[in-house]
Amino acid sequence: MTQWKNFVKGIVSENPVFVMLLGMCPVLGVTSTAMNGLGMGVATMFVLVMSNIVVSSIKTLVPDKVRIPTFIVIIATFVTIVEMVLEAFLPSLYEQLGIFIPLIVVNCLILGRAEAFASKNNLVSSVVDGLGMGVGFTLALTALGAVREMLGNGSIFDIAFVPEGASTFILFILPPGAFITLAFLAALFNRMTRAAQN
Amino acid sequence: MEYLVIIIAAIFVNNIVLNQFLGICPFLGVSSKVSTSVGMSGAVVFVMTIATLVTFLLHEYLLVPLGLDYMRTITFILVIAALVQMVEIVLKKVSPSLYQALGVFLPLITTNCAILGVAILALGFEDATLIKALVFAIANAAGFGLALIVFASMREYLDLIDVPEGMKGVPMSLLIAGLLSLAFMGFTGIV
Repeated sequence: MTQWKNFVKGIVSENPVFVMLLGMCPVLGVTSTAMNGLGMGVATMFVLVMSNIVVSSIKTLVPDKVRIPTFIVIIATFVTIVEMVLEAFLPSLYEQLGIFIPLIVVNCLILGRAEAFASKNNLVSSVVDGLGMGVGFTLALTALGAVREMLGNGSIFDIAFVPEGASTFILFILPPGAFITLAFLAALFNRMTRAAQN
Repeated sequence: MEYLVIIIAAIFVNNIVLNQFLGICPFLGVSSKVSTSVGMSGAVVFVMTIATLVTFLLHEYLLVPLGLDYMRTITFILVIAALVQMVEIVLKKVSPSLYQALGVFLPLITTNCAILGVAILALGFEDATLIKALVFAIANAAGFGLALIVFASMREYLDLIDVPEGMKGVPMSLLIAGLLSLAFMGFTGIV
């Protein structure tokens, strides 16, 4: 498999959100605005790429039986780094994402890639895989956040396009809106990938 | 009274799945049958209570006195992973029938973000006490169980209806979860 194919599979055919349904908690929980979705996506991508690098480099040293706990410690280390960096440099984003930052540890996408890909492939492929999956995840989160922000708040990336005081579909920035928007986006994604295959 | 407020808020108003989006993976993953969702809920009640008990004590008497608060995420996830393994081993020996019912769900629970989420949220009360944290954990587990079982019973009916091609499977389930979440929003403001 060429590296390009390896990269693109994370965005289209194995998209973590729309196809694999991995890491759904932050997908639904933080996407009330496009900016939050982008922030969460980038934070997750950082942890994903870094843990793929470490897991891939130490894969021959780790005994098979303690593999999962080892991966979890590696992931938790990078999550702690992200937590501290965000708190220091982007305190407003840190406040917005809240509990979902420490919960990157239990994002099954990251452990899933460490176990299914990085522990079996070389360093370069693992980095490319992490980047592809990370970009796919970030795009999905940003798209979901953008749709919800446009419908619910009448703005995108905090730039308003409806006049002040105009009524918007508040439902879409409330919790039910997350489920409903994701349902329609997933259906649209299915349809588009199926049309592309035929 | 204070505890009653915590319980009602956790189960209905801020339902952990439908309002806070924790534990979505098992919510979507094991909700195709009511019987499996009951088993999963049982396992979550069990593990969530024990995990919150252990992590709360660890945080209060080890991490905070030693100034190691920033190690919270790493220690909590390791403790939860070890705890799930231990619960599995003990349960197998002590109560084989309970193990039969909950056994298959236990390994899945380590990556259930609701467990880690509740363990962290339980530290957030002002003047947090162990009892408050435990009440909070049990109420949240009950909220998880309620949402999961109601959702599973709704999904069972999906087999009987004609769903448009593109909406089959996940999109339809998500749409139903959205409606359920909408229904739970009706509880807003009761406490």
